[in-house]
Amino acid sequence: MSMAEPFIHLAGVRKVYRTRGVEFLAVSEATFDVEGGELVALVGPSGCGKTTLLKILAGLHSYESGTVRIGSAKQPFDPARDIGMVFQQPLLLKWRRILDNVLLPAEILGLPLAASRERARHLLALVGLSGAELKYPYELSGGMQQRAAIARALIHDPKLILMDEPFGALDAMTREKMNLELLRIWQEARKTIVFVTHGITEAVFLGTRVIVLTAGPARMADNFRVELPHPRTLDMKTSELFGDYTRRIYHLLGME
Amino acid sequence: MKPAGETTGMPPAAANRDALQRYSFAVIIHLLLVLAWYLFVKIGQVPKFVMPSPYETLHALLVPNYRWAENIAVTSVEIFGGYVLAVVIGIALALVFSWSRWLEMATMPLLVSLNMIPKVALGPLIIVWFKYGIGPNIMMAFAICFFPIVLTTARGLREVEPELLDLVRTLRGSRWQLFTKIQFPGALPYIFSGMKVAAILAVAGAIVGEFLGSDRGLGYLMLQVQVTLDTAAMFMAVILITLIGSVLYLLVLGLERLLVVRDARLQ
Repeated sequence: MSMAEPFIHLAGVRKVYRTRGVEFLAVSEATFDVEGGELVALVGPSGCGKTTLLKILAGLHSYESGTVRIGSAKQPFDPARDIGMVFQQPLLLKWRRILDNVLLPAEILGLPLAASRERARHLLALVGLSGAELKYPYELSGGMQQRAAIARALIHDPKLILMDEPFGALDAMTREKMNLELLRIWQEARKTIVFVTHGITEAVFLGTRVIVLTAGPARMADNFRVELPHPRTLDMKTSELFGDYTRRIYHLLGME
Repeated sequence: MKPAGETTGMPPAAANRDALQRYSFAVIIHLLLVLAWYLFVKIGQVPKFVMPSPYETLHALLVPNYRWAENIAVTSVEIFGGYVLAVVIGIALALVFSWSRWLEMATMPLLVSLNMIPKVALGPLIIVWFKYGIGPNIMMAFAICFFPIVLTTARGLREVEPELLDLVRTLRGSRWQLFTKIQFPGALPYIFSGMKVAAILAVAGAIVGEFLGSDRGLGYLMLQVQVTLDTAAMFMAVILITLIGSVLYLLVLGLERLLVVRDARLQ
């Protein structure tokens, strides 16, 4: 990584929710940088503010104080066009075929339709859904629906993909498979990804960097690079280095 | 959510066979009902004025005085007129609500209270205000089936996944795009569930209107033949009213199949 300005820069970000006069500190002193092309995992228990941070990055939430800057001279960032989102539920539109679901962001942005259609087919092939273009969401399994949701997040060629526990609703085996798929898609699509999860092994396995957040009070507890080589394989999960990383997180979360 | 790898639904051939079985069973059960009716009347030697046989009921159609064609036409116009009016105005009103939070807050509680009025009780008032005839009966059908449509449509338009809102917002989508691409298509299953309930109510509304005051229509005819104890004609009138209602219901069902994907339909 160069020492030039990072793609994402957060400094001292603080967010407070107020409900009926009671203040709740959702994010405090969040400070980290993300280089272009990184896959950063935000991990922590519920209430640690990881989803709030993601929504701040998406421009969906305001914040009380601090700095959030996305984009650099080398990598200009247009907040309207350069964010792709994936949620815990696929949230495909039931009445649209898979191809048309993938096209939704392109339609909203008013991108040329013929070219987008071509790109959608290409992306469906990338996520392993060739042949499902004309199916309806209910005809696909949960894992396949989530693949389609990933293709939808990539259709407008955004620079930043924000994922909020995207595999949290899948069964354990599908989840592992989807982890490998995501790494492959990330390497082929060359995107910056910020990935929120409460899965500690998932965070270490996916992340080029892991940011650990703790709850009560919300706090950024750690931020470290994961020095496992790419492409990653499932047997790395049994390696000593992998164990060191997960132990480090368990320790921070007080779960030993 | 379904676990990965699980195939959804039946193979098409099995699904077709299943549907065929279902339909033939439905037809057979209806024919059995007519047979039971016939046997009950014949074996029980039930007098004609209490319960006519299926044959006698059909025979009532041959009495020219009853002007079946005209009465069917009048009742159909009332049912379909009131229904279409309720669908158009009900959906339009719900759309207006969904655009203005303020208007919804002001009007929705009122609609809910008005919905509590037994619409049938308005019949005598409608006659006082508008005399009797096709027009007031259309209003009666309208009044009774308007509420389910406006209430379910308004509910459907409110039910948007918050995360889909987020998705549209990150793309700086317009209110109009949100409405046309997500909100309205998402509300269609709700709209149709309201329309199906309303289709049945519209029939009741028109007939009650005819009972209370009219000079034409199948409901009117029923009151006339009640005096002469022509029970067969009353049976025929009920069957015809049911058929008109069924036609309306099937039209709505067909439209729903055309516009709403199977998985999205509300049962």
